[in-house]
Amino acid sequence: MARFLLKRLFSATLTLFAVSVLTFLMFFALPRDPVSSICSKNCNPERLERVRDDLGLNDPLISQYAGYMKGIVTGRDLGSAQGGRCDAPCLGWSYVTNEAVSDTIARVLPVTLSIVIPAAILWLLLGVGLGMVSALRRGTWLDRLAIGFSLTGASLQLYFVGAVLLLVFVYNLRLLPVPSYTSIFDNPAKWASGLVLAWVALAFLFSAIYARLSRAQMLETLSEDFVRTARAKGLAKPKVYGRHALRAAITPVVTIAGLDVGGALGGTVITETTFGIQGLGRTAVDAVRSGDLPTIMATVLIAAVFVVLANVLVDLLYAAIDPRVRLR
Amino acid sequence: MSLSPVEGVALAEIESGTDPVGPAAKGVVGRSPGQLAWLRLRRDRTAVVSGVLLIFFLLLGLSAPLIEMAYGIGPREQFQNMLDGFGMPLGYAGGVSGEHWFGLEPNLGRDIFIRLIYGLRTSLFIAFAAALITATIGIVLGALAGYLGGWLDAVINWITDLTLAMPFLIIALALTPTITLRFYGERGQVSSAFGVGVLIAVFAIFGWTSTARLVRGQVIALREREFVEAARASGAGLGHMLFRQLLPNIWAPILVSFSLAVPQFITSEAALSFIGVGLSDETPSFGRMIYDSLDFLQTDPAYVFFPGIMIFALVFAFNLFGDALRDALDPKSSR
Repeated sequence: MARFLLKRLFSATLTLFAVSVLTFLMFFALPRDPVSSICSKNCNPERLERVRDDLGLNDPLISQYAGYMKGIVTGRDLGSAQGGRCDAPCLGWSYVTNEAVSDTIARVLPVTLSIVIPAAILWLLLGVGLGMVSALRRGTWLDRLAIGFSLTGASLQLYFVGAVLLLVFVYNLRLLPVPSYTSIFDNPAKWASGLVLAWVALAFLFSAIYARLSRAQMLETLSEDFVRTARAKGLAKPKVYGRHALRAAITPVVTIAGLDVGGALGGTVITETTFGIQGLGRTAVDAVRSGDLPTIMATVLIAAVFVVLANVLVDLLYAAIDPRVRLR
Repeated sequence: MSLSPVEGVALAEIESGTDPVGPAAKGVVGRSPGQLAWLRLRRDRTAVVSGVLLIFFLLLGLSAPLIEMAYGIGPREQFQNMLDGFGMPLGYAGGVSGEHWFGLEPNLGRDIFIRLIYGLRTSLFIAFAAALITATIGIVLGALAGYLGGWLDAVINWITDLTLAMPFLIIALALTPTITLRFYGERGQVSSAFGVGVLIAVFAIFGWTSTARLVRGQVIALREREFVEAARASGAGLGHMLFRQLLPNIWAPILVSFSLAVPQFITSEAALSFIGVGLSDETPSFGRMIYDSLDFLQTDPAYVFFPGIMIFALVFAFNLFGDALRDALDPKSSR
């Protein structure tokens, strides 16, 4: 188990390293000078040169990259123009927002977490629950309803569902305030009411996929011998379905869920755009638009970290759910 | 003639022999798996309805210029005289009338119906091209990784992981203007064909992973079978092994994944246009229309609904058809 985990962590680190190098090359290979977008028109050549120097753009690419990585691990001194000393997870200084990138991230990351985590809980419960029910009640109206729900949800677009929800609940019925983010520690009620539409929209679309998947898996598992054996032994139905069948059926669902949640944590660009909430995804989009290199780098890296971590976590969960994996 | 297994035909005989519905009930008729799948598909009501709907959409997209002639309004024509002082279309439901079936866009006053038809063409073209390219890349890489194994498998797997770890929307958002700038410079007028090409290229870079994984798994399952061994023993080369021996046996899941990839690319294209990369305003596209329309959510909801419903119908038809295709090709699977 420990060896397996070490191997996974090693390959995860390697992947992250490659992502960082690729992103670095991609954005520093941009044909436009990153400095010219920082101070666009009223910028004298001296200031331009100084900014370029501060950013280290006059150094060779490798030492730029090394400096960036060193900043993340130990922190580094960026010079007085960039807020001086920059502590350990140092992601650089943004000339567009005039603050340390790590501060920006610290501000917007809770927003994305607040959108994704409740939505993920909702969509997993709803999706797996629906899939289970329709598999157990195969062929009934309940099953057909669930299939219809999942087919519709799988074909709908987030921006469209979001728009409809906004129109109905915010603008017409005025039941909810215009979506916005408040910290859960300041005002939990306002936190929930400001984000509930985003949760519902995300959960609706995602749970459709999970309902389909878990229904198919459950049907396959129910036809297996061990389920029949358990029933024949006289085990109660809820126990057979809940403990034996569900556990076997859920492994592929865990894989997809890991990837989805990991991906979503890296920024729910479409959701944030539709509801006008400034989270990680929106910040990344803004950064790309304004050519804010340090912020782009940071958002891409964070998104990659989430995906890679989610992958490792899925492997661990696999071992917890399926004892056969542990033997390998 | 390849040495592929004859199980397909044998299975067909057993199945059609026990199937009282088909014409095969009169006697045992040998049918290829393809013919069987086609039969099942034709008998499936959902498949027929969604298939007809898809053909309708395809024809609609292909004949966009003809429809423009018959309809008499172009996608870039503006009808400012039909708007009120605030730039809102006159009349009900965003200016729906006999002349403008789906109404007009606020401010610019362009006809929504004909823009949707052209948007359909753009979306379908991009989605099919991207699906074809990604399927090709995925098949080649997946088959190589699965068949050869070893370090090549490890490398391809790692590249797959790497591709999946990159946040697609953000990278695409950053990459598209970069590529465009490389070719056009700061002031060049970007042609719409080029914009479409860049989008397809971005999809090709990121979209091949799922097919590659699928094909790899299937090839690994087949690799140790006797017919593969027999072909190898008779000295078949790599190309023959991959494309004549292995691929013909796994075309069914590939076809299903292809048919489900097309709607995914349609939605991705819309999503990219929605966050403002993708295509310029000159090229009509679904995502672009929805993005523009969201500003008028309160004042002109009809403008949001027409593109939204249209893209839903298109993706819905594709998903239904893909599911039916899966059922037809693999009757054992219970989705």
